[in-house]
Amino acid sequence: MRITCPNCGERDRREFYYQGDALALTRPAPDAGPHAWDDYLHNRDNPAGDTRDLWFHEAGCGAWIVVSRNTVTHAIDDTHLAATVKR
Amino acid sequence: MRYSGFRVMKEGFFGQKGWKPAWRDPDPKPEYDAVIIGGGGHGLATAYYLAKEHGLTNVAVLEKGYIGGGNVGRNTTIVRANYFLPGNSEFYSHSLKLWEGMEQDLNYNVMHSQRGLINLFHSDGQRDAFARRGNAMINQGDDAILLDTDGVRKILPYLDFENGRFPIYGGLYHPRGGTARHDAVAWGYARGADQRGVDIIQNCEVTGIDIEGGVVKGVQTTRGAIKARKVGIVVAGRSGQVAQMAGMRLPIESHVLQAFVTEGLKPVIDHVVSFGMGHFYISQSDKGGLVFGGDLDFYSSYAARGNLPMKEHVMDAAMTLMPMIGKARVLRSWGGIMDMTPDGSPIIDKTGTEGLFLDCGWCYGGFKAVPGSGFSFAHLMATGRHHEPAAGFRLDRFRDGVGLMDEEGTGSQHNLH
Repeated sequence: MRITCPNCGERDRREFYYQGDALALTRPAPDAGPHAWDDYLHNRDNPAGDTRDLWFHEAGCGAWIVVSRNTVTHAIDDTHLAATVKR
Repeated sequence: MRYSGFRVMKEGFFGQKGWKPAWRDPDPKPEYDAVIIGGGGHGLATAYYLAKEHGLTNVAVLEKGYIGGGNVGRNTTIVRANYFLPGNSEFYSHSLKLWEGMEQDLNYNVMHSQRGLINLFHSDGQRDAFARRGNAMINQGDDAILLDTDGVRKILPYLDFENGRFPIYGGLYHPRGGTARHDAVAWGYARGADQRGVDIIQNCEVTGIDIEGGVVKGVQTTRGAIKARKVGIVVAGRSGQVAQMAGMRLPIESHVLQAFVTEGLKPVIDHVVSFGMGHFYISQSDKGGLVFGGDLDFYSSYAARGNLPMKEHVMDAAMTLMPMIGKARVLRSWGGIMDMTPDGSPIIDKTGTEGLFLDCGWCYGGFKAVPGSGFSFAHLMATGRHHEPAAGFRLDRFRDGVGLMDEEGTGSQHNLH
């Protein structure tokens, strides 16, 4: 699996650290309550198919990247800098 | 039909013509007292113990594929009870005791081999941690022996003891640990459940869960609707999808874990051995293949196959620990889909829907748990009360943080286990 970093181009998967589902881009408000925070921290859609997740270009430019990919085929559709992504 | 040595001899004289299928192939009935979704090891064991321990025999196991075709036939077959934390410790201890009586209980040869498991350590700090783990195991009533370098050398002479980077300081020896033939466990439980009246229905995929007024009424399947007063979801690897049919989101992310096997060799590795630096463990099957594996690929996946970086890591670790393995040729590798929970421990619990129960989140340790999980889940489904050894596997522990079982001590977060 190779991931295209918007800054550095296509790189080996080993340069990246996997954070998890891209829902991390939409944190609940600090006072949203324990249920919202439990849901955000622990519960996942966990789709078999298209997903969006966050990867960190650890051994590269240090950017956080939103990767759209397929969990069944491992195909990667596109990648964007997390800094530019709005949900 | 009972299996025995005499029976094998007799069939030998009569051209092996007397064997019958080990379980029936019934059509689903319109209604059952309980339906188990998922005919893997855990689901079949649940059905078996529902019938045996609780007299609940009007039960169906619904399997979308075939028996033995899922994770129960894809794992590295290790059976052990060397957990550290309360909650896990008593559960796996109970499960190992069930393993030890399983073949007589099921009248089925699952080739359970208590060949001993050795977890190696490579530093003073790691020795302390393993000494502590060993004490926890002994306190639980299980067996653990702390070996020094010479002790390990006596039983595993082929390791690279003087490795410059990871010298072997010793190992924690768990003599009752070992392996079993994985698909035979599924077949044995399927046969045992079937003999007690359970319907095992293959090629029957659940497509919906019927809930009315907060009470489960049955399931929709590719072979028609089936009513049931109780429904158990036991579909590790696909828990998220099935739970979604009941309107639930689970604290589970699916990851791929790879395993490897070499060509058949003469007996060379007599135990289960795990490397303490870098994730690597190995045993030798009765057929002769070296069976080994490593860590997750560490990104969510349903692909049932992994990527090359983890393969390389596993081979690196193997060569570091036992250079002789370089002579062996890898025959194949594959991946299994793991239900990963935030704290790395499983879930056996009720749900917000009455009559709907959940057994999932076995991470990469489900095989050894097959009998214990089946026993405890059957207890919960039949009585509505948690079975004491599995009482810690609550679904809501993530919300309140009470009773998290983080064996690795890395934190309760999805990408850490």
